[in-house]
Amino acid sequence: MTLRFRLFLFLASCLSTLAAQTTFPYNGVYDQREGYYAFTGATVHVSPEQTLENATLVIRNGKVESVSAGGAGPQGAVPVELNGKHIYPSFIEVYGSYGMPEVKESRGSWNSPPQLESETEGAYAWNQALRPETDASALFTIDAKAAKALREAGFGTVSTHHPDGISRGTAAVVTLAEERENEVLLARNVAHHLSFDKGSSQQNYPNSRMGAIALLRQTYLDAEWYGRERREEANLSLDAWAELQELPQIFAVESWQDALRADRVGDEFDKQYIIKGSGDEYQRLDALKETGATFILPLTFPKTYDVSDPFAADLVSIAQLRHWERAPGNVAAVAAAGIPFVLTADGLEKPTDLHEAMRKAVKAGADPKVVLAALTTGPAELLGIADRVGTLEEGMLANFIITDKDPFTEKATVYQNWVQGHPFELKPIQNVDLASGYDITVGGETFTAEVTGDPGSQKMKVTTAGDTTARDVTFSESGGVVSFQFRPGEEGGYYRVNATPDGEGYAGTGRDPQGNPVTFTATPRATTAPDDEDDAKKEDEDKPTEYKGRLTYPNIAYGLTELPQAERVLFRNATVWTGEDDGILQETDVLIDGGKISEVGQGLSDRGATVIDATGLHLTAGIIDEHSHIALLDVNESSESSTAEVRMRDVVDAVDENIYRQLAGGVTTSQLLHGSANPIGGQSALVKFRWGATPEEMLFEDADPFIKFALGENVKQANWGDANRVRYPQTRMGVEQIFENYFSRAEEYGRAMKAGDDIRRDLELETLLEILNGERFITCHSYQQGEINMLMELAERHDFRVNTFTHILEGYKVADKMAEHGAAGSTFSDWWAYKFEVNEAIPYNGALMHEQGVVTAFNSDDAEMARRLNQEAGKAVLFGGVSEEEAWKFVTLNPAKMLHIDDRVGSIRAGKDADLVLWNENPLSIYARAERTYVDGKEYFNREDNEARRTELETERNALIQASLDDKNQGGKTQSPRGNSRRLLHCDSVNH
Amino acid sequence: MKRHIPSVLTALFLLLCTCVRAQNPTPAPPQTTPFAVTNARVHVGDGTVLESATLLISDGRIENVGPNLSVPAGYETVDASGRDVYPGMIALNSQLGLTEIGAVRATNDQREVGTFNPNARAVVAFNTDSQVIPTVRCRGVLLAQATPEGTLVGGRSAIMQLDGWNFEDATVRADDGVHINWPNRNSYNWQTGDLMPNENYDEQVRELEAFLEQAVGYCGREKREGNRLLKLEGFCDAVSGTARAYLHADEARNIQAGVLLLKRMGARPVVVGGYQAHLVADFLKREDVPVILGSTQALPAAQDSPVDEPYHNPALLAEAGVDFAISHEGYWQQRNLPFVAGQAVAFGLPYEKAVEAVTLAAARIVGIDEDYGSIVSGKSATFVIVDGDLLDMRHSNVEKAYIDGRDINLDNKQAELYRKFGEKYSRQSR
Repeated sequence: MTLRFRLFLFLASCLSTLAAQTTFPYNGVYDQREGYYAFTGATVHVSPEQTLENATLVIRNGKVESVSAGGAGPQGAVPVELNGKHIYPSFIEVYGSYGMPEVKESRGSWNSPPQLESETEGAYAWNQALRPETDASALFTIDAKAAKALREAGFGTVSTHHPDGISRGTAAVVTLAEERENEVLLARNVAHHLSFDKGSSQQNYPNSRMGAIALLRQTYLDAEWYGRERREEANLSLDAWAELQELPQIFAVESWQDALRADRVGDEFDKQYIIKGSGDEYQRLDALKETGATFILPLTFPKTYDVSDPFAADLVSIAQLRHWERAPGNVAAVAAAGIPFVLTADGLEKPTDLHEAMRKAVKAGADPKVVLAALTTGPAELLGIADRVGTLEEGMLANFIITDKDPFTEKATVYQNWVQGHPFELKPIQNVDLASGYDITVGGETFTAEVTGDPGSQKMKVTTAGDTTARDVTFSESGGVVSFQFRPGEEGGYYRVNATPDGEGYAGTGRDPQGNPVTFTATPRATTAPDDEDDAKKEDEDKPTEYKGRLTYPNIAYGLTELPQAERVLFRNATVWTGEDDGILQETDVLIDGGKISEVGQGLSDRGATVIDATGLHLTAGIIDEHSHIALLDVNESSESSTAEVRMRDVVDAVDENIYRQLAGGVTTSQLLHGSANPIGGQSALVKFRWGATPEEMLFEDADPFIKFALGENVKQANWGDANRVRYPQTRMGVEQIFENYFSRAEEYGRAMKAGDDIRRDLELETLLEILNGERFITCHSYQQGEINMLMELAERHDFRVNTFTHILEGYKVADKMAEHGAAGSTFSDWWAYKFEVNEAIPYNGALMHEQGVVTAFNSDDAEMARRLNQEAGKAVLFGGVSEEEAWKFVTLNPAKMLHIDDRVGSIRAGKDADLVLWNENPLSIYARAERTYVDGKEYFNREDNEARRTELETERNALIQASLDDKNQGGKTQSPRGNSRRLLHCDSVNH
Repeated sequence: MKRHIPSVLTALFLLLCTCVRAQNPTPAPPQTTPFAVTNARVHVGDGTVLESATLLISDGRIENVGPNLSVPAGYETVDASGRDVYPGMIALNSQLGLTEIGAVRATNDQREVGTFNPNARAVVAFNTDSQVIPTVRCRGVLLAQATPEGTLVGGRSAIMQLDGWNFEDATVRADDGVHINWPNRNSYNWQTGDLMPNENYDEQVRELEAFLEQAVGYCGREKREGNRLLKLEGFCDAVSGTARAYLHADEARNIQAGVLLLKRMGARPVVVGGYQAHLVADFLKREDVPVILGSTQALPAAQDSPVDEPYHNPALLAEAGVDFAISHEGYWQQRNLPFVAGQAVAFGLPYEKAVEAVTLAAARIVGIDEDYGSIVSGKSATFVIVDGDLLDMRHSNVEKAYIDGRDINLDNKQAELYRKFGEKYSRQSR
């Protein structure tokens, strides 16, 4: 039992500036105290690697003067005895916005007219989301309230930035002292912050993720051009941009897929971004590791879903439940994968939630030392300030916290947070440390006292020999004197005594319940047996985490536990729809091997392959959808009439359940198109449905590049309401002029390039030039015959060809001209009447185009219909009497031809990709079901497995729900059930 | 005298005919001569099939149907050898005739403003001259429930036959029921995709309940006193049970809550949509409530939902013994109604049950089964002759269609355009 020295803290505001020299004059008598303290007796965690027990830490003038194992402090220093306490370097918030002006995320209403130009005043960037000139150090002001909250969480230093825009300018490092901005500002320009979010900008461009990426890419190019000698404009943003290129580049993302997107941009411009992640990194560690990036990980874990109402619980998907369970393990998983990372409190409801989050992360397997490093030395090194903060080595800033125990493993109290030698008291250090029990004698009565809890939150109860009811004793300490108060019986008054330490116990005087003076002694008793319950709990906490949910690729329902391998498979005795001259072969075998079709014929030897008895079944090439918008984060960059610079490959979403659903419908390849909001849309992405792959891995290798064009009502914004009468074009006349204009400019651009002129690389014109050069091909959204002819004529004027008219509903009117021009026609089988320009659409369209020699396909443009494109092909037989063999090509070989991939896919021939579907029936029939679907010889869908997977999902879901209920009943914080439903994207889906 | 089913020659003639009309085909005249359809395989609509059957039709009615019936003298004969005969399909919960071009506001008559519109009557907005109708009719859909859309109460639907001069003579049953859209328990944020409990759900249900209670009171008065209140009056047929109360609801809890409320008010509810109806099958059977299932050609309701859930739903209801019809969304889309039913066959629904779900069950649910929905003596001669399989697009060749014995012209604007441009190309090759 000890009564510890009480540390008298000065209020921070009373402390004068430390004795460093400043330019500021002082008022009155010079009082620049040096803040000379010696802390003894504590365990000092000098750095994650070095811990000194019973150490002595000396600070002076805001810095660490020395730290050593044991020994008294130097003379002249204020001694602070901290026996049993812990001292840690205070944490560094690497991704903060402390002291920054608020970001106004005001969004226009859906029907407000578009803002086409930047509203930033001055000689700055053309786009309002580009703010590289933002200098956090210039914006910074001390915010006492926010500083206090951060100090309570254990932070001493923050790298702060203004989180607004795509380029957000530079960060500044400040401490959480409250003296004067001049003192707390440690460093300027420590990092450049970037994101995909345009923040407060209401300028239309960009209004999609691919637009943000294009803007970023173009900015790198603009800066390169601008940096050359000859300048045609002054641009303060580009000046600033150039200056911050050598800094650490911190990129904030919203998902692991975003992290890959950001990293790809970085690769293109030789930047290694530091990724401020989203907490789902554990879902794709291998791919993230390959980025080579250091991650800034948040510690935001979803609250437990309150799933007590079984119906309401249905809102919560298995993906959400899995993430709830695994999010705390993210840090451990990232660490185990060998990915470098630091931690941030960004995203937490309040900074002090950090402690619970750290403990959860540690409980889920993270090494406490690594967590400490990720909050101290890690950020310091990342920001280039490791010579000043992050450890408590000699010469470092005196930035540290004093706690009662290890905050990474136990619920700890932070007593004090010292910043640059300034003390901030968060909670008084409890000076009374009682023994576990006492024999108390007071006024001739004897009591047995039991003490529970940790110092600072101890509780004392007394019992008498005759009465086993335990009664509470309240006690408090002041100036070394401890007051005790308790009631000896159920009724009556209280004993009140004051006592001081007497050997190992206490002695003093006071009054009995009747008010008579009494003497008091408390003698310590032998320690009672350890608390079993606590031990059991501890043991439970030490158990390694066992997850009830699975981790799949992708990590949603129907994801794969393991990625499939290319098999050697022999389909025996199938009806084979070759799509080749052989036509439809009865009772034929097909052997696939190494991802390719290796043999087609009768009575093939199995060569050790898995043999699938396909008797009575139909084997076809996988369906190819020429026009799809699934597996995309965004569809339209609708802000401008040409957005040729945006790329759909930048926004492929490999975590879309519709990929699996379409595999179940026999679809294996899709062209993911930009929408039809503007005449010149974005560059297409051609993907194979490799379920479980990353977005990049889904891309069809070495495919010719395509771009989406559009005509008609959508590009005129005819059905968008009265607010949208601003953006050019508003008529079909204007549509033609847009094309004429852009192709003319692209030609000029091409000539200048050829001439070797020093011109600005323009991603938009460069893309259009590719079309003119026959290196990129057009898929054009089209309905009415006039506009189709217009575009073909225009193309011929500029000496190129329109590759494909997609969902061309009036193709039947101009099929002869299309055939002559060489354009292919992809169409809906039978859609019509949904808008004026489709009022003459007919279901015989496919048949008529086909008869005229146009390469004809049926496309979906719809997540639902895509899963039964086989039936749509059947409608070509019904409307116009196309033969079954030819009709089937409408969804296989013909789209393959349009996409220039018919050498790889679209038919069954030895040497082609083993993208195959086994059907129970004639595939053109309504009764046909895909039983198995293969991509690259890998089985991605199997109807029997699908049933098994459904059952597994039910079991897994139930286990996670029971775990959620357990957590709720053990007092876990809950949130009401909420879910997320994917927005189905169509041609005209636009973000506002 | 023997009439032949349009042959290849006839088709060729149609193809060559370049006399393009800008109008829908003229409605067929009433049947004057009795006729027989012979040698047909008849899908009765009640789950049974008659092989090599003969239908005798006179005065627009089925006089008799069965195998080996002799054809009385004076009857014309339609030889349906190798053909299948089905009752005309009924498109329930459709906007056919109420809208012509979705994006053109001037053509949209399916949705009135306001929360409660039980007084709105679809029958008067039904446009017999819609150019969409013949494109649906030629696929064997011969009747449709023109159904208003709306927020809480959309209005009253009407059963229309699809070959009329005007809405009056197209009406099979006006005001067959009132359509109630049960409030959503969840609210959806279109921009973020967030799906959260609808905070106003209870209030919206109370609002609906209060309205119904007042309708019951108003409609129950012996003599109408006070002012005439059209909206309350619009519910009178439903709360008296003479018309149906169509409860649009998909979620199991909503289905139950809605059925209980409507029954309490004296109505005869029908569940429309019914995505989760199979989960409360016993309840629906106990309460004797039929279901008009939403389209099978839909995406699963949620990410975790079984991939084939919408395809499976009809089979689940059939196994559970719930009375149900199958419907499809929209207006022009109704031409795919047979395939929407066929889709369910691929996923476990017995074939004849699928036929019933778009014919007799549909007729029964909307209360026109005395005259329509199946091919039995005494009923209206409303049927189609198909070369192939009505429910499979691979050979759903509808050759003939009859409504009340009238021989329907299956031509339509789209077929016309097909001929017109076929002509363009054949001139080029001449």
